Amino acid sequence: MTRVAFAALLGHWRRNPMQLFTLLAGLALATALWSGVQAINAEARASYDAAAATLGEGQFDRLTRRDGQPIRQETYVLLRRSGWLVSPVIEGRLHDVQIVGVDPLTAPGRLAPTAIAGTGDLGRFIAGRIVAAPDVTLDGAVTDPDIAPQTAIGDIGTVQKLLGRTGELDALIVAQNQPLKQANLADIAPELRRRVAQTGSDISRLTDSFHLNLSAFGLLSFAVGIFIVHGAIGLAFEQRRGTVRTLRALGVPLRLMVVLMASELLGLAIVAGIIGVGLGYLIAGALLPDVAATLQGLYGANVSGTLQLRPIWGLTGMGIAVGGTAVAAGGALWKLSRMPLLAGAQPRALAVAAGRGARLQAAVAIGLLALAGILVVVGGGVVTGFVLLGALLLGAALALPLVLSVVLIFASRQATGVISGWFWADTRQQLPGLSLALMALLLAMAANIGVSTMVSSFRLTFVGFLDQRLTSELYVTADNPAQAAQIAAFANTRVDAVLPVLETDVTISDFPAELFGNRDNAAFRDNWTFLAAADTPWDRIHQGDAILINEQLSRRAGLKVGDSVTVADIPFEIVGIYGDYGNPAGQAIISRGRFQDLYPDVTSARFGLRLPPENVAEFVTEMESAIGVPASNTINQAGIKAFSLGVFDRTFTVTAALNVLTLAVAGFAILMSLLTLTAMRVPQLAPAWAMGLTRRNLGALELLRTLLLASFTAIIALPLGLALAWVLLAVINVAAFGWRLPMYLFPADYARLGGFAILAASVAALWPALRLARTPPADLLKVFSNER
Amino acid sequence: MLLSATNVQKTYETADGPFTVLRGIDLSLEGGETLALTGESGSGKSTLLHLIGGLDVPDAGQIMIDGADIAALDDTGRATMRRGVVGVVFQQFNLIPSLRVAENIAFQARLAGRHDPDWEAALADRLGLTDQLKKYPEQLSGGQQQRVAIARTLAPRPRLVLADEPTGNLDEATAATVMDVLLALVAETGAGLLMVTHSATLAARMGRRLHLRAGRVA
Repeated sequence: MTRVAFAALLGHWRRNPMQLFTLLAGLALATALWSGVQAINAEARASYDAAAATLGEGQFDRLTRRDGQPIRQETYVLLRRSGWLVSPVIEGRLHDVQIVGVDPLTAPGRLAPTAIAGTGDLGRFIAGRIVAAPDVTLDGAVTDPDIAPQTAIGDIGTVQKLLGRTGELDALIVAQNQPLKQANLADIAPELRRRVAQTGSDISRLTDSFHLNLSAFGLLSFAVGIFIVHGAIGLAFEQRRGTVRTLRALGVPLRLMVVLMASELLGLAIVAGIIGVGLGYLIAGALLPDVAATLQGLYGANVSGTLQLRPIWGLTGMGIAVGGTAVAAGGALWKLSRMPLLAGAQPRALAVAAGRGARLQAAVAIGLLALAGILVVVGGGVVTGFVLLGALLLGAALALPLVLSVVLIFASRQATGVISGWFWADTRQQLPGLSLALMALLLAMAANIGVSTMVSSFRLTFVGFLDQRLTSELYVTADNPAQAAQIAAFANTRVDAVLPVLETDVTISDFPAELFGNRDNAAFRDNWTFLAAADTPWDRIHQGDAILINEQLSRRAGLKVGDSVTVADIPFEIVGIYGDYGNPAGQAIISRGRFQDLYPDVTSARFGLRLPPENVAEFVTEMESAIGVPASNTINQAGIKAFSLGVFDRTFTVTAALNVLTLAVAGFAILMSLLTLTAMRVPQLAPAWAMGLTRRNLGALELLRTLLLASFTAIIALPLGLALAWVLLAVINVAAFGWRLPMYLFPADYARLGGFAILAASVAALWPALRLARTPPADLLKVFSNER
Repeated sequence: MLLSATNVQKTYETADGPFTVLRGIDLSLEGGETLALTGESGSGKSTLLHLIGGLDVPDAGQIMIDGADIAALDDTGRATMRRGVVGVVFQQFNLIPSLRVAENIAFQARLAGRHDPDWEAALADRLGLTDQLKKYPEQLSGGQQQRVAIARTLAPRPRLVLADEPTGNLDEATAATVMDVLLALVAETGAGLLMVTHSATLAARMGRRLHLRAGRVA
């Protein structure tokens, strides 16, 4: 009995292959976007784990160059001779393998020795043996399961040779126990900065936010896909209502029916899940290099650019496919389990079903939008921000059919002609069948508007910020104090101004911060803008008793203009708060004179030089030949801007790609909804055909209907997208990164996006409209026969 | 006794309050007997048929089929009875649109575990469906669909056949043909036939007639 009943149910898909395709494709796309994002996150986390396992990140302080350049081996030797217990590290990629060079003799415990223990032979390691994770294929390498995936470790000298970077180091690991007496770091190697192990938590927090952002987008895309699945399952259940009743009338128990339909969906979910995970792998593979570049560029976090198959995200993808199907089908299965055997045998019209649920839907929509409103007022934190985002988007999506219905009622009241009157009434009748696809379009468009507004606002602010902050035409980093003095002396007579960068790490209001000593210059007075400031802040700074702080420090410590803070036991009044986009750390600025009073040992290792841009190249050449400062120690303003904007643009490649994919999924939802509705449309359109409208007319009106509904949806998506942008900029960004970005509007972008959305809807509607226009008259006539 | 109904009552809740459809019906039917159930619209004919078919349960009274009280059965028990003992021919045919004609005919027999290809082929032949076996229901005329429904009902050789206006959607000539075949096949299988009909002509061809009026036997 079970097999026979199951075969009868499955027969529905054989007769409705397009519906089956819609269900599988919707679920597969949803799973693909979700699992693709999860794959990226899993890869990044594995890379963080690998870094922690092989380099002791989060366990040991690290010394790195302030300018991000490699450390010279001589500097390492100098530090060791000065009593610093440091161990050199070099990192790089060799044939898609992360290779790390360490010095086993100086590496602190729990670092290199753990890996080397696998070889059991320190001599061979130093002589050139490479120890690698089991998944790494390197000639001559010994495997060790304790090493992180896709990672290999070798002696520092060996790895330097393999990477072609002899004499260079990336970082120095600082052992936890240091001699009581050792030379001051600023005296020996002022170009180095010490990053304490705890600062890793900042990076972790920032990367967590980044991954949360990605997850949110994955979830949004998944939600759009689930709308499609929900529609397909709902339609399939509606269409099989008669079959289910017949099966029950013929003796199939209700419980068995529910189990059979749930099993059927489980099978479909597994098939779609497998396809989706495969597609997700391809998406992740395509996006991962940009994500890796972003994480490296913004946060300095190393992420493998190569994707590996990890069982955990494959299983998660399958789980989300099955879970998503359960969510999408839950209502339909519940209705099935409660469906009386004798209730109206004819298929229930979608409009009637929607009419019954409209009140509940309106209540839920209002509830969610009210929740969003409450969270705007009382909320705080990243998670609350995302809950606010979810409530806003879902509430708006649920409200969409109701709003469109009101619009259509208004339009039908304005209609004067017979055909236009019928058209609007018919459009209202179609609304329930199309509403899920339109909700998907609304979400996709709002996400596009919101994210593009955020990104464009961010970019505009960032460019302005770079112009403000990069006041010098050239920046030079000295290798040692002697060279710093040489640079200052050389530049003094050749450039308009020398602006030494004085910097040290301090604690302000219990929060770590970078403190800078500022030299009075028109470049600062003319270019800097403040988020909040007292009168004449620069004058106050150079009087010596005032301080400027960045927005991050202001928000974290709850400081505002007029408050007093203590630096090195000296009170300073805050006279300005400035935007400091892209910097995770707190920062403060006092006058150069005051800085030197408080920190006489700190000298400048970096200089900003003001000179005409056209003289920069010549100056760099002269400086190299005169005092031997290599060009690699200099970077010009244009170079920094290009690099920064390059990092920025790559950062948002991923979200842009997800935006496009989400819009494509929404277009697909419209296509599938229209295709499935086409067959149901014949009985509705046949009377209009019989009364004189041509099939061509009917096809054209179908196309027009979709265009109008898509246009109305696009109009509604605009305020929703702007609200989304506001939440991203003013709530989530502040909670995640500590700074608030100004919001700008980009009408041309929105118009272009609206055009794309309507174009996507038109393309989606074209095929169903053509099919309708070519419906054989015999099919239309059947509607009027008793035999139908 | 194949079927006996005693003081069967049924009331439905409607928007205007409770509406009593059956007010105490008694009837009986032996194997091989045919009984026509007639009456005005709303007199309770279809409701009584549904109760006897185990598609619904009475509020009061007793319905015994082959010695079993169907009101005492749970959903699974009634489903088992519908599969094995009773066959229903619906006015709306209620064929499974995703299955071909041959599969529809064999369907209930397979559910009941009494699949007999020879018998099903013979039924198809007797009902003039041999050339339609590979088609889907939507490709058939109304008369052909009703004949498929009759074949499906008779395929598992039920002891009791219930027919709810089986020719209500057919023209007079087709209806006569369908009834000829139905009555002949029921007689051959020795099943009892209870048929709801508005047609006095069809009712006249049945062994006994029972007329309902306002939920009671008139």
